[in-house]
Amino acid sequence: MSNVNDNTADLYRARRRESAAVVTVLGRDQKGIIAKVSAVLYECGANILDLSQTVLGDMFNMVMLVDVGSSDFNAIQTRLETLGETIGQQIRIQRSAIFDAMHRV
Amino acid sequence: MIDPREVLDTLRMIDMEKLDVRTITLGISLLGCVSDDAGRLCRRVYDTVTRKAERLVEVGEQIEREFGVPIVNKRISVTPAALIAGALNDPTPVARALDKAAKTTGVHFIGGYAALVQKGMTAADRALIESLPEALSQTDRVCAAVNVASTRAGIDMDAIALCGRAIKELSLRTADSGGFGCAKLVVFANAVEDNPFMAGAFHGPGEGDWAVNVGVSGPGVVKRALEEVRGAPCDEVAECIKRTAFRVTRVGQVVAREAARRLGAPFGIVDLSLAPTPAQGDSVARILEEIGLEVCGGPGSTAALAMLNDAVKKGGVMASSHVGGLSGAFIPLSEDIGMIEAAERGALSIEKLEAMTCVCSVGLDMIAIPGEVTAETISAIIADEAAIGVVNNKTTGARLVPVPGKRAGDSVEFGGLFGRAPILHVKEYSAAAFINRGGRIPAPLTGVRN
Repeated sequence: MSNVNDNTADLYRARRRESAAVVTVLGRDQKGIIAKVSAVLYECGANILDLSQTVLGDMFNMVMLVDVGSSDFNAIQTRLETLGETIGQQIRIQRSAIFDAMHRV
Repeated sequence: MIDPREVLDTLRMIDMEKLDVRTITLGISLLGCVSDDAGRLCRRVYDTVTRKAERLVEVGEQIEREFGVPIVNKRISVTPAALIAGALNDPTPVARALDKAAKTTGVHFIGGYAALVQKGMTAADRALIESLPEALSQTDRVCAAVNVASTRAGIDMDAIALCGRAIKELSLRTADSGGFGCAKLVVFANAVEDNPFMAGAFHGPGEGDWAVNVGVSGPGVVKRALEEVRGAPCDEVAECIKRTAFRVTRVGQVVAREAARRLGAPFGIVDLSLAPTPAQGDSVARILEEIGLEVCGGPGSTAALAMLNDAVKKGGVMASSHVGGLSGAFIPLSEDIGMIEAAERGALSIEKLEAMTCVCSVGLDMIAIPGEVTAETISAIIADEAAIGVVNNKTTGARLVPVPGKRAGDSVEFGGLFGRAPILHVKEYSAAAFINRGGRIPAPLTGVRN
């Protein structure tokens, strides 16, 4: 149990780091979305911290917490947007501070 | 540790409900520019503004990209021009220098062609007010403000008389654009020094060298949230507005902090005003209608607006370390699609709007009136609005646009965020003898607080 708690605390700290960002993917379900998004993130030097994914009907929906470290945010954003256009998904990356601010007191 | 529902909630607010940051406004002090030589003064003004705001637009756009929140306007506010042009006979060159600086930095507007005359006018103040028709018709991005009253000082009726005449002449000088020049001028009572919203923004003399002030928006988000509590008692409505205002203001706080950090400027304030735009789904009037009015402007409008305004403040105050500016609900007529439609239906009169300004920020805002209305009547409307601010210890303003050649019931199109305005009927009974008295209305008892 203590392990689980440690992990939760680590993640909590991680999402409050300045380099934390949230990737969202929305679109029609198809094979390989996670693989392709993860590949781009890997190539850009971003680290995936947490991931949540659901398919409702045929709509794919994924939310990822990543740490972009010292990588160029604009470059990652451009590559993800290009990938989104190629595979017909809406892919966004945003600094996680905006979500924390809105939903945490 | 990530809750997909929260993330999708945020995205919905941005995509569907038009949650945005309305403006990042960089306040810049120009007190160091003072000179008795017009050329030197204007060069210093231009250099100071362009140097300090050099990266403002770039930083704004980068934050917009990284945080995924639209930042609609990047603006600059400066020290009231009358304070730095005291040694000039004619302050209009300062307006031209500000306009040029705005264009160089790429900001939408620069505010601060202003005078603070609540207790009396210096020669420079008088010259500035008299120069308004020339300055605002010859520049594109300069916004002006005159503070004519305060709870402490009372109401400067001489200045109000001058402002009425300036508005009338400015309207004629910009007749080909429907008197649009007047949309760039606000006449205030109890003006605030850190307002990020145009046209009334200026960087007050009590401010530091520079500061980042941010204005949020979000009427659409509040309207959508209220759809979930239809039929519930008013207590629940107020709670719902508070929760939503908290979220909206937090977005502003994050953006303000980040902009300040990246610009190397101090964080000033977040103005938690609910600022509408003419776009569908971005209307304060629609919130009042969601609360239960058939149409904004009908009976009940003042009470519903009072509840909205109070709940927005209560929710927003905790969300930001420094709340300032105007911080309330705006009810600009031409900039709110629900207001426009209410006025077109005849539900919203200038008298009802005046009543509504008693319980919200900011005043009679973007009100188009017939071009034939006299300067004295314009002054009288300003005096009424100022009295509300002075007695109630709050900011009020008047941004009146007399539209040359148009009558009540006609309409004028200003375009963009300024929207279109139905021309409101103004009662024709004269107040000329009152306005021509001049002088100063003494400060009310509510101003004697020590």
